[in-house]
Amino acid sequence: MANSKSAYSTPGKQGKFDTHIIVVWVDNEAGVLARVVGLFSGRGYNIESLAVAEIDPKLNISRITIVTTGTPQVIEQIKLQLKKLVPVHKVADFKREDKKVIFKEMALFKVVGNNSKKDKALKACKKYNPVILDKTKNSYVIQITALRREIDTMSKNLKKFGLVSVSRTGAVAMTRGSDTFR
Amino acid sequence: MPKLYSGAEIVFKCLEDQGVEFIFGYPGGAVLPIYDELKNFNFIKHILVRHEQGAGHAAEGYARSSGKPGVLLVTSGPGATNAVTALTDAYMDSVPLVCISGQVPTHLIGTDAFQECDTTGITRPCTKHNWLVKDINDLEKTIHKAFEVATTGRPGPVLVDIPKDVQFQKAKYTKFKRQKKLNGKIHNKFSQKDINQLIELMNKASRPIFYTGGGVVNSGPKASELLRELVHATGFPITTTLQGLGSYPGEDSQFLGMLGMHGSYEANNAMHDCDLMINIGARFDDRITGKIDEFSPKSKKVHIDIDPSSINKNVKVDLPIVGDVAEVITATIKTIKKVKPNFTKSNKQKISKWWEKIQKWRSINSFDYINSTETIKPQYAIQRLYELTKGKDTYITTEVGQHQMWAAQHYKFDKPNRWMTSGGLGTMGYGLPAAVGVQVAHPNKLVVDIAGEASVLMTMQEMSTAVQYSLPIKIFILNNEYMGMVRQWQELLHDKNYSESYTAALPDFVKLAEAYGCVGIRATTPDELDDKIIEMINTDRPVIFDCLVDKQENCFPMIPSGKPHNQMLLGPKDQKKNKITGKGKTLV
Repeated sequence: MANSKSAYSTPGKQGKFDTHIIVVWVDNEAGVLARVVGLFSGRGYNIESLAVAEIDPKLNISRITIVTTGTPQVIEQIKLQLKKLVPVHKVADFKREDKKVIFKEMALFKVVGNNSKKDKALKACKKYNPVILDKTKNSYVIQITALRREIDTMSKNLKKFGLVSVSRTGAVAMTRGSDTFR
Repeated sequence: MPKLYSGAEIVFKCLEDQGVEFIFGYPGGAVLPIYDELKNFNFIKHILVRHEQGAGHAAEGYARSSGKPGVLLVTSGPGATNAVTALTDAYMDSVPLVCISGQVPTHLIGTDAFQECDTTGITRPCTKHNWLVKDINDLEKTIHKAFEVATTGRPGPVLVDIPKDVQFQKAKYTKFKRQKKLNGKIHNKFSQKDINQLIELMNKASRPIFYTGGGVVNSGPKASELLRELVHATGFPITTTLQGLGSYPGEDSQFLGMLGMHGSYEANNAMHDCDLMINIGARFDDRITGKIDEFSPKSKKVHIDIDPSSINKNVKVDLPIVGDVAEVITATIKTIKKVKPNFTKSNKQKISKWWEKIQKWRSINSFDYINSTETIKPQYAIQRLYELTKGKDTYITTEVGQHQMWAAQHYKFDKPNRWMTSGGLGTMGYGLPAAVGVQVAHPNKLVVDIAGEASVLMTMQEMSTAVQYSLPIKIFILNNEYMGMVRQWQELLHDKNYSESYTAALPDFVKLAEAYGCVGIRATTPDELDDKIIEMINTDRPVIFDCLVDKQENCFPMIPSGKPHNQMLLGPKDQKKNKITGKGKTLV
């Protein structure tokens, strides 16, 4: 510390990072996504993925699902800061490991190649509810729903079967059983 | 058929129903319809500033000294961007501001029209909330909502952006009824259980301390009264943050002075060694805590705050109490009276050792300095200013830098809302326009801006505003020709490489005062200081006071960066006494 030339203190010990899924119910109004995303970027929080759409057209409510990483203290701050935003109604948060919650991402894979390659690609996707959305003589567009790291693996594995394009969504989440997010 | 009002009229109708008396503003193309209506609403006095940043700071000064929200009116584009510094300042220091900005007509938004900017986009991170009103039918409810958001919970700035065509369009206006219970974003959630726990901790503590902040001032004058009652009832020592000055009498024996980077030795050491810290309306700012890992290692910490996101943000606390300061203290006092009526007596014994220790720290007299008979020491100037103005219910604003810290150390406040300083953002140029706003709110009071010559030049143009409205503000410049705090850091940390911190070619402030049509006074030696200050006080016009002070003086004591509270660097006098000499300096 003797050599510090800063008017600010040096960073202290960092806690362990956890991955959390944060679900935010907001008024679907102009700029609301910018407010939520701006809060993250402005305060230096991470966004790993983001999914947002209106879920109640009558009440104009959108549901934003954010996957983020941070120390427990940071996650707590994110929640409290989100709750302060005027258009935010409620905020739920859970750890990625939480068994009571399902979360899923969707991916579209375009595979180009001969029949054998295409079929091998489809077979490789078998575990993840593959749906063929489009097929031509030399191509497939395959839709799968899976976890983030499963999609990561698949987009790596499909390369050898002629994968030319990947498009994927952020995670969406829902509780298991009859409970809903509080 | 109900009467229809134009958007511009609705703006004033809303301001009327909100009880607004003054707006600070600057006209321009996109707000002309609103300015056109001004003549029809006599209850509002418009203060024409010289720069929109000045409007913002003046509104802040008005708000902080009166407890009412400050309102500013600016045009689109540069008008709005000029207000950004003031909005950010208000956001950091929790000052309720309502900024109404003009915008280009709705059909031109997004076309890079003349004086168009994305005002709501630019001000999103520096306001509590902002609105772009595209539909005249939303205007009324939006403005009322804006006042609600600005003034409830933890106060802060809001902005309402109104396109020019909306200002012309017509709509109904229904008289606004103020509801007592406001929206759900207010977090008054504490329970009696929390209070009982607090009293339990207070009962057990042998080295307690109150650490209070601007939240006490924001909670209203009643909160400061209650705080005094609580502190007297407990016999505990109390320290306040920069923003909390005035919430507790500066000359009271239980008051340890300000804490933090340039706070008193006794306050910082007491914070470090205490076993119970009761934070009331402060936010564990980095200028307060020093090195977080070594911040008050042995204490149980209680945090009373209206903003739940302030709790556990920087420092983990043992007992969080979310609520309005006045309400929490009321409940605490009530419970003490009921459960432990002889709390003070039983407690006095227990904390007497603690007080002995504090007295030892106090005897160091850490704000002391080596006075001079030849040059005016800046600390001496503020001490004299204090002695000659106390008892006059003086309002003090400051700029940012050494003079600000010296003012905080040497000027003692007896009441809340008398001290307006830019703490969070540290905005140079805050004090002069803030003084304008304070004087508007309190036309018959003495308002002094304790300034540095560098800061004050940033918003000097507002002297013209003061002259226009006969606002007799006093600009008390501690002129050392340096950006003093920058110079100090360069001396201590950057091997005395005074890179760009000296201002050559400063204006002659006395002549400058005359050019603005106000009064210029200069003091150059300590023996003429008192007379000159008295002359300033007795002048019923705006004054620029050029006080030429020691150029080399540093602001002590200080907590060097990355150090905990108990490793303060003391001033030259104490350094000699305590043998913290050369080595202490290299540690900074």
